[in-house]
Amino acid sequence: MGEVIVVTSGKGGVGKTTTSANIGTGLANNGHKVVLVDTDIGLRNLDVVLGLENRIVYDLVDVTSGNCRLKQALIKDKRFTNLFLLPAAQTKDKTAVNPEQMKTLCQELKEEFDYAIIDCPAGIEQGFRNAIAGADRAVVVCTPEVSAVRDADRIIGLLEASELRNPKLIINRLRPAMVKRGDMMDISDILDILAIELIGVVPEDESIVVSTNRGEPAVMDLGSQAGEAYRRITKRIQGEEVPLMNLEVPKGLMDRLKKLIGLG
Amino acid sequence: MLEFISRMLGRESASSKSVAKERLRLVLVHDRASISPAMLNKLREDLVKVISNYMEIDEAALEFNLCQDDREVALVANIPVVKMKRDYSAKGQDLNS
Ligand SMILES: Nc1ncnc2c1ncn2[C@@H]1O[C@H](COP(=O)(O)OP(=O)(O)OP(=O)(O)O)[C@@H](O)[C@H]1O
Ligand SMILES: [Mg+2]
Repeated sequence: MGEVIVVTSGKGGVGKTTTSANIGTGLANNGHKVVLVDTDIGLRNLDVVLGLENRIVYDLVDVTSGNCRLKQALIKDKRFTNLFLLPAAQTKDKTAVNPEQMKTLCQELKEEFDYAIIDCPAGIEQGFRNAIAGADRAVVVCTPEVSAVRDADRIIGLLEASELRNPKLIINRLRPAMVKRGDMMDISDILDILAIELIGVVPEDESIVVSTNRGEPAVMDLGSQAGEAYRRITKRIQGEEVPLMNLEVPKGLMDRLKKLIGLG
Repeated sequence: MLEFISRMLGRESASSKSVAKERLRLVLVHDRASISPAMLNKLREDLVKVISNYMEIDEAALEFNLCQDDREVALVANIPVVKMKRDYSAKGQDLNS
C-alpha cells in the first residue's frame, strides 16, 4: 500500500510544481513506483516542467468523471519507466472535481504506486480541498518572505483542521548572501514563527530555470545546488536522516576587509 | 566616516529581516485569533462547565471576548460569582491528618 503526499503552499508561485516534479523524479530515480498528480485544473504546468506536454490524451477530470480508465490517462515519463503523470484538465474549472472523487482516486493510486505526489493549486478554495482530500501527508512550501510565510501559517492551520497533522516545511529560494546581510529571514526565523518540522531548504538557483526550460527536473543534475537540495529532501521523504546542505556563502574580500578594521 | 564605511559594508541599524520578522509576528497574532463564532461559543460553554464545578456563576451576565490591539490579543472574561461552593477537599484533608 503506497502513500499520498500533497505539496501545498497557500501563496502562488513559491515552488509547489517545481518541488512536486523534483521529489517525484527523485523518488523514481531511487527505484520507487511514483505517480505525479496535477490538481491545478485550468492552469496545468506539471506536464511542461516534466517535458511531457506532447503526450497528453486524457486528464484528471476524464478519470474522476468516468470518461476513461485511470490507466489510459497515465502518461509514462521519458526517462523512468516507473514514473507517471496524471495531468490536470486545462479547459475545465476546479469544480469539475470534488473531494470525494479525489479520495476514491487516491485510494486507487495507493494500490498501484509506492508514492503519489499531489501538486496543489494556489489558494484555499476548492482546488486546495480537492488536493488534500486523499492525502496521508503534507509538505508545505514557502519562500523567506512575509507574505509567503503568512500564507503558509494559514495553510498549516487548515491542514491540521482537516486531520493532516504534522505537515513538513520546505523553504525554497533561500539566498544565503541576503541572509548573511540581514536582509532575508533565516531558516531559524521561519521555523520559530511556523513551529513545524523542516524537511529541506532549497537555495535560489538558476539551474531551476534551466532545467524547467529543458523539461528535466534539477534533481537529476548532479552539478545543481537546488538539485542536491531536492536529492536530500527525497531521502528524507523515504525516512532517511540526512544533514542539511551547507549553504553558507564563501568568505570573500569584503569579509576579510571587515575583519581587518574590526567590524566583522 | 566610520559610519559611512560601516554602511558600505552592509551594517545597517535595523536589518530588513528583523523588520520582516516583527511584522510577521504581529500579523499572525491577528490571523490566528480569528476563530469562528461557533468555536468561541463552544469555548464559552466549556468554561462555564469547568467554573461551575467550583462556584455558582451568573451565566446571563457573563461577558466573554477576544480583545485585540496592535500589540497583542487577550481573552478577557468577566464572570460574576453568585455563590462559592463549599470546599470539601480541604475538610477531607483535615480529617485525614
Ligand atoms: N529554487 C528556485 N530557484 C530559482 N527559481 C525557482 C526556484 N523555485 C522555483 N523557481 C521558479 O519560480 C517559478 C514558480 O515556480 P512553480 O511554478 O514551481 O511555483 P508554484 O507554487 O507551483 O506556482 P503556482 O502557485 O502558480 O502553481 C518558476 O518559474 C520556477 O522556475
Ligand atoms: Mg504550480
